[in-house]
Amino acid sequence: MTSGSTPGARSRQVASGTAEATPPRRGTSDSGTGRGAWFPRWYWPSFTLPGLLWLAVFFVLPFYVVVAVTFGTVDELFRTPIPVYQPWWWSFDTFSDTLQRFFVGDRIYLDPLIRTLLYVGIASLICLVIGYSVAYYTARHAGRWRGLILILLISPLWISYLMRVYAWQSLLQPDGYINDAIGIFGIAPVTWLAGNPVTVILGLVYGYIPFMILPLFGFLDRIPQSVLEAGRDLGASPFHTFRRITLPMSKPGILAGLVIVSLPMFGDYYTNDLLGTQGTSMYGNLIDFAVNTQGQTPEAGALVLFLIVIVMLPMLYYLRATRRAAEGSA
Amino acid sequence: MSEITLPSPPSSAAATTARTRTSWFGNPWGKPRFLKVVTWGYLAWSILPVLIAIVFSFNAGRSRSTWQGFSMRWWYQDPFDSLWTNPALRQAMIQTFKLSIVTVLVAVPLGTAFAIGIDRWRGRPASTANFFMLFSFVMPEIILGTSLFLLFTTLVDELVKLGTTAQILGLVTFQLSYPVIIVRARLLSIGPEFEEAAMDLGATPNQALRKILLPMLGPAILASVALVFADSVDNFVTVRYLSAQAPTEPLSVKIYAAARSSPTPAVNAAATVMLVATLSVIGAAYAIYRRIAGSRGEELGAPMSLGEL
Repeated sequence: MTSGSTPGARSRQVASGTAEATPPRRGTSDSGTGRGAWFPRWYWPSFTLPGLLWLAVFFVLPFYVVVAVTFGTVDELFRTPIPVYQPWWWSFDTFSDTLQRFFVGDRIYLDPLIRTLLYVGIASLICLVIGYSVAYYTARHAGRWRGLILILLISPLWISYLMRVYAWQSLLQPDGYINDAIGIFGIAPVTWLAGNPVTVILGLVYGYIPFMILPLFGFLDRIPQSVLEAGRDLGASPFHTFRRITLPMSKPGILAGLVIVSLPMFGDYYTNDLLGTQGTSMYGNLIDFAVNTQGQTPEAGALVLFLIVIVMLPMLYYLRATRRAAEGSA
Repeated sequence: MSEITLPSPPSSAAATTARTRTSWFGNPWGKPRFLKVVTWGYLAWSILPVLIAIVFSFNAGRSRSTWQGFSMRWWYQDPFDSLWTNPALRQAMIQTFKLSIVTVLVAVPLGTAFAIGIDRWRGRPASTANFFMLFSFVMPEIILGTSLFLLFTTLVDELVKLGTTAQILGLVTFQLSYPVIIVRARLLSIGPEFEEAAMDLGATPNQALRKILLPMLGPAILASVALVFADSVDNFVTVRYLSAQAPTEPLSVKIYAAARSSPTPAVNAAATVMLVATLSVIGAAYAIYRRIAGSRGEELGAPMSLGEL
């Protein structure tokens, strides 16, 4: 996330070094009018404009369309959504219907929601435990293997998520290699793909753990050896050094990692589509089903609005943390 | 600090067991056998299934889980179902590359300009714009995919229909934040001194930009190209919702559909093509980067920051 800081700080030093060698120029550029004094006022904003327009049309506007579809109606005949853009004509039927499916009557949406919270929670914790161990080993103990391990750690990011889950789906077939392997130990074949929560949770872990390891590694790698040595010299046991130095110093990495892995899991539907069944369906499956079903699109809109509410807090936390990190490195 | 006491000499046996129990936990000087096992075990767990999937694209039989001998059947020999001869898979392959290349051509210049703009502009509007950009970066993709799907099927359905154009617009929206983040990180480290120096020496703003700033941003732009291309090839959620019918479905969507019905090893071959395409672009970018960096004597920091994004 912030590893740009190291080379950054260095070239910044080089830059200011050059400036100090020629004091008069530095004086002119820093005093009075400040940075970018010779650039016209409109110069830099005009660079931002195309991207800003793009975001307005394809990022902000679609959200209003989601709202308009959710609070709109459905064509009686063709079952196509009719969005309503004027708030004073909004109908809250779809919204309250969808909400009721969570908490009133047969609550058909409640189970997927609970499963999602459960699966995401467990999977994120497993990601943290495995990820922390791997990042810790790589940052501290990998020695001459460090380069190779780092490349292998990054490589899953370059492999299509679908291919990785598809690969597991093949291995977990009834006649696949996993059942062959546990057969060696005399364990009967397991039906992995028939709605087994363990399979889906491990699939989630498998898919998103690289995003946990890399920020953790970034933070652990930056803890200076001298700090740890100081702790040990002052008589702390290895356990104490870990608990009172390493753990607090890597805490931002832990929180960032947990947010980064859990956010996409909330919207994930393909892991369950490939590794689970209806019995392990998650929140993302609800959205996916509604999007693909004629006449259900307003409901898809409502589900998306709920999801935004669910993930808003972790998202804002993450944005705040990255901004602080960027300011710290700037 | 009260918890930290000087090590009193306990009985040596107790000290030894305490040491072996905790050494892997936090001793930077010990031999962490347990962590070593976890790390290499994790790496095997992470890489081996993919390697096995690649090997099975050369399977002689229809199965993707039982090895039936080596053949190139699913790559090009089978007259109907191989990656090369099956029209649907071939179409999907072309669609994947079309979408990824156009996305790179639009998203990287747009994102680079945006990053330069917000970094040198400063001020409140710039940071608000940056906030929205980052917001699109952390948003779960299904939210963006669904909202764009609703946009293209209701408000602008006369203007842009679902299909290739909609897919490209969606991909660019989703990928825009990568070049912004990468280029901006580089800009933060360059600082405004170089353009200012150039303009002191008589360059116009455009000359300072073209001759000083853009060359210095070269590695970051290159990294953005590689990242956006790789991520577009792998993209699934957005392109699936914005695809019209079968001919606009790229490889990733075909893999998903096949995996849910009865896949043949041709799907493994398709996935392998995606992997090779991604890795060759990353590799090429890295090679070019090394050349540039080598000739300028800069250090190699970018690949790691790429991964950490």
